[in-house]
Amino acid sequence: MAAEDALPAPRRPDPAGTSDEPVGSGPPARTRVVLAEVSRRPHWPAGTHTELTQQTRVGEALVRGLVRAQLALALQLSAVVMVGLGGLPWLFAIAPSVGRMTVLGVNLPWLLLGVLSFPFLVAVGWTYVRLAERNEQDFTDLVQRPER
Amino acid sequence: MDNDLVVPAIVAVTLVTVAIGFYGLRLARTTSDFLVASRTVSPTWNAAAIGGEYLSAASFLGVAGLILKYGVDVLWYPVGFAAGYLALLLFVAAPLRRSGAFTLPDFCELRLGSRRLRTLATIFVIFIGWLYLVPQLQGAGLTLATLAGSPYPVGALVVAAVVTANVALGGMRAVTFVQAFQYWLKLTALAVPAIFLALQWQADGRPAVTPPDGSTFRTATTVVVEQRAVLTLADGQTLEVRPGDELSFAEGEPVPEVSGVANGATDWLLPSAAGSDDRGLFATYSLILATFLGTMGLPHVLVRFYTNPDGASARRTTLVVLALVGVFYLLPTIYGVLGRIYTPQLLVTGQTDAVVVLLPEAALGAGTTGRLLAALVAAGAFAAFLSTSSGLLTSVAGVISTDVLGRGSVCGFRLATVIAGVVPTVLALNVSGMDVSQVVGLAFAVAASSFCPLLVLGIWWRGLTDAGAAAGILVGGGAAVSSVLITVLGPGLTGWPATLIAQPAAWTVPLAFTVMIVVSLATRRRAPADIGRTMLRLHAPDALRS
Repeated sequence: MAAEDALPAPRRPDPAGTSDEPVGSGPPARTRVVLAEVSRRPHWPAGTHTELTQQTRVGEALVRGLVRAQLALALQLSAVVMVGLGGLPWLFAIAPSVGRMTVLGVNLPWLLLGVLSFPFLVAVGWTYVRLAERNEQDFTDLVQRPER
Repeated sequence: MDNDLVVPAIVAVTLVTVAIGFYGLRLARTTSDFLVASRTVSPTWNAAAIGGEYLSAASFLGVAGLILKYGVDVLWYPVGFAAGYLALLLFVAAPLRRSGAFTLPDFCELRLGSRRLRTLATIFVIFIGWLYLVPQLQGAGLTLATLAGSPYPVGALVVAAVVTANVALGGMRAVTFVQAFQYWLKLTALAVPAIFLALQWQADGRPAVTPPDGSTFRTATTVVVEQRAVLTLADGQTLEVRPGDELSFAEGEPVPEVSGVANGATDWLLPSAAGSDDRGLFATYSLILATFLGTMGLPHVLVRFYTNPDGASARRTTLVVLALVGVFYLLPTIYGVLGRIYTPQLLVTGQTDAVVVLLPEAALGAGTTGRLLAALVAAGAFAAFLSTSSGLLTSVAGVISTDVLGRGSVCGFRLATVIAGVVPTVLALNVSGMDVSQVVGLAFAVAASSFCPLLVLGIWWRGLTDAGAAAGILVGGGAAVSSVLITVLGPGLTGWPATLIAQPAAWTVPLAFTVMIVVSLATRRRAPADIGRTMLRLHAPDALRS
């Protein structure tokens, strides 16, 4: 799929819940999944990343930082959409002359909403995926930094 | 309309759907296979499947019909339907996948640990699912009635029966293959005729969409009115028409102005302006809010995220879906605009939702090309009804079988599917006068006022409590549900109350957020003790999890 080729290569995370499957050819073993109980499986094997799992103050601060960074990113990009798209009805309402402008014989509002809004949304989405993955990489590097 | 190719095309789509369903059936063995496709669906398949499931009758038929009727202001429907995936990507996709929640009720229990909240969420999932299923079946009835001349209930019953049987027997893995196939079918079914239509429009000497002295009938046309309206004829005379009235127009005669429709060039072509049309502006913003924020609360959309292997792939899948859906939404506008030229009679009959299926023959004539393209469009429309209804039915049935019947067995899932399918079918047979897209818009408004605040606050704010979430869903979602019920059943309102009720999202969404935050702050002690662990699970990168 072309849209996917354009994405940066995934940093290989081991898919959660599949680590217990046998490696090798043939179909992966079936895991029984019982709706709400999925969550109760422990995700964090003992001994790794203890600061995070044992809820120490340092671990807590690290997670808070990551959540805040991701939320700030999401809010910034939604602000871009709010101004870029959400401003249009208001613009057309206070400046009706903008609505009457034509480009290649098509009225500007039709062109903006009917055509250009979709690539705009995809561009914002692409930016988000890239930056969100960078935030996560920074977090991973921080957590896996060798002890002094 | 006598097109002998339409029925075979519809039968073919239905048969292929059922056949892929049975192919999947051989693979589906256990309950987990049924519900989550064992999480072995590749991202490309998954993205196409999400797109196929999402593009409903409202997208395939409704958007073009609304554009024909109201013009530029309703372009916000397709933009919003696509932008909903951006909101989902920004705020929900990766954390929701990492939470391991499969349905919205699961998420409630997992994040807030409350069984009662789970029950409340279940009720809303079922309500939204049914509200969204009704217009799908309605669209099917309308399409068959328009193209094959069958009575309205036939189409609705056929789709309801095929979908119920397919979901009950095949479960979600089968549905995943079906959905992915149907995305490409729907895209083709709109894109190919659109190319022919554009060429025909060129060949006709590019007739103006909004000629200065009003639209005219291109051929002699007889119109059977299906909705009550007041017509203003060219000589200024007004005429009240009722369903069943027949009117004849000669070639070149001007199209009468119809009450409740954007008639003039300025109305249709230009956005609503401040001062003269503040209510129009409010309705536009309300619609934007409902569609942008409602997508993440639709039950059939969320279920799909569980089939991604991890959070990062959930994000990437969502981005691909956004692109696929965006490409699709370029097309309905073309139909709505050309419908203004080639099928103006639909404005008089009131069946504007039929524009997509009628346009190919109206523009290209009843020759082989016209009939083939009409059959292709009809097949695409049926794919839309089948795929969205399958997705909705799978998720509503999943919720009913685990939360209401309380059994995790395959047999329980089948029983739940039948229950979930019967109710909307009965409703669809009794509602026929409403625009398909408008009913769907109401479902979005309810989702945006109940589940959107729950998901966004639940994922990003540590302070959310079960009491706060329940209060927000009850007040915000309740207000939206009341608006829906008043719109569908209640008395006709006028002025501001009518606007506030018809497009409720602009006040119900902020209301839901406010109540949820205020009550959570007031009941701070009820916040779950293990919130740190939950936040870690929702947000920690996948690389750290093994």
